[in-house]
Amino acid sequence: MENASLFVIMVSAILVNNFVLSRFLGICPFLGVSKQVETAFGMGMAVTFVMTLSGILTYLVHYKLLVPNGLEFLQTAAFILVIASLVQFVEIVLQKMSPTLYQALGVFLPLITTNCAVLGLALLNIQYEFGLLQTIVHSFFAAIGFSLAIVLFAGIREKLEISDVPLPFKGFPIALITASLMSIAFLGFTGLV
Amino acid sequence: MDMNTILLSAISLGIMGLLFGAGLAFASKKFAVEVDPRVTAIREVVPGANCGACGFPGCDGYSAAVVRGDAPVNGCPVGGAEVAKKVASIMGMDAGTTVKMVAKVKCEGSSDHCGNRFDYDGFDSCVAANMLGGGPKDCQYGCMGLGSCVQVCPFDAIHINERGIAEVDKEKCTSCNKCIDICPKNVISLVPYDQLVIVDCNNKDKGPQVKKNCDVSCIACGLCERNCPFDAIHVVNNLAEIDYEKCKNCMVCVEKCPTKAIEGDLSKRKTAKVIDDKCIGCTICAKNCPVDAISGELKSVHTVDADKCIGCGVCVEKCPKDAIELI
Repeated sequence: MENASLFVIMVSAILVNNFVLSRFLGICPFLGVSKQVETAFGMGMAVTFVMTLSGILTYLVHYKLLVPNGLEFLQTAAFILVIASLVQFVEIVLQKMSPTLYQALGVFLPLITTNCAVLGLALLNIQYEFGLLQTIVHSFFAAIGFSLAIVLFAGIREKLEISDVPLPFKGFPIALITASLMSIAFLGFTGLV
Repeated sequence: MDMNTILLSAISLGIMGLLFGAGLAFASKKFAVEVDPRVTAIREVVPGANCGACGFPGCDGYSAAVVRGDAPVNGCPVGGAEVAKKVASIMGMDAGTTVKMVAKVKCEGSSDHCGNRFDYDGFDSCVAANMLGGGPKDCQYGCMGLGSCVQVCPFDAIHINERGIAEVDKEKCTSCNKCIDICPKNVISLVPYDQLVIVDCNNKDKGPQVKKNCDVSCIACGLCERNCPFDAIHVVNNLAEIDYEKCKNCMVCVEKCPTKAIEGDLSKRKTAKVIDDKCIGCTICAKNCPVDAISGELKSVHTVDADKCIGCGVCVEKCPKDAIELI
């Protein structure tokens, strides 16, 4: 994957290796905040924002700090530290600089601190040995893939809400079945790249 | 792995942590947003259920609105007087008197009083049943007992009783209005918590029509209106309505109602009693008693005729010497 073209990375991140539906990362917000398209979209945007930033920052931390000192084994701990502080920092800055965006993202921003998709992305970037530009593209489009999945899912769940679901399946069971069907559908993209 | 690696990793992680920590501390100072401390203080005293009964998006929204001046300090119906007091003290205002209100289902027309026009066999939802020509009940105004209110109540305070009529648990009710909003018959309304006398009927049809459908309904005969000593009950739109501010819970209307459509427990009725040592015989109580239950000569101790007394408490209010008590 080292020399993969940016376009391939993009398609792979959105469709083939969709973070939620193929890698099964970030399932918690995927199920938690997907009851309405609007909030799902907000969550998607917040994740995109944080993922892109943290992708860049973890890349720098890894190659400028950990590798020169031979401390690659500290990856996970260091990345968690970076992501957690980054989210906090972004929240503080946003509140001051752009109250509108802060209000729009609302409660989702702090939630992302513990989103495994963000950490997974940081680790994957390193594993694939991406360069900085590839990292940025991969981070951004992986997050777009996440947003796509969660918004689609929320759309389906809105419809499910008003449809006649057998009682034992009402609520989460039918949501989980829907998620698995979506996952199978996305399996169809395998082999595209 | 030698000592160096351990040391190095500890140091680099430590430095990173320190840097991020310092950065965050700096950022929180530099980018600090001034939040009115009153908002935080109010947010802490309100219940925090985010039920939205106040009309604002959650408790945060309400707190912010109070500080902006858009919401009253007693705007939280769930917290009631206690919370209103605390919010008022934060805002440096007087809470005013808030009367605790509870929801009340104004219908007693269970199946042995009020028949059905047809058998309803559908969703357990009053809203759905109401769409079928106004529901199965003979009375178009009464509680159908299918439990739409039970489903929306966030506090488990309303249930369908064994007679098939919704009933509110006064202790659990927070007057959040959810049941009132969903009820397709508008048979639920808020009444003061301490109110003992309540018209248990919602039927606005004319008397003969009502009587045909249900035998515990208000037939708009006006007996209550004529007998009320306080002008507190009126027949409006063929239905008796109590003015809770004027009502003294004397239960005269409960006694007079020919169809027993007014709820009130006569055993809870109190009786005035003159405290002999305090009475100076001023006759003010006797003059004000709406049922002439007090007698006595000027400057002699008065007596209350317990059979006539309706426990309205007017004499207690009027007595200048606090010489009358209700027991």
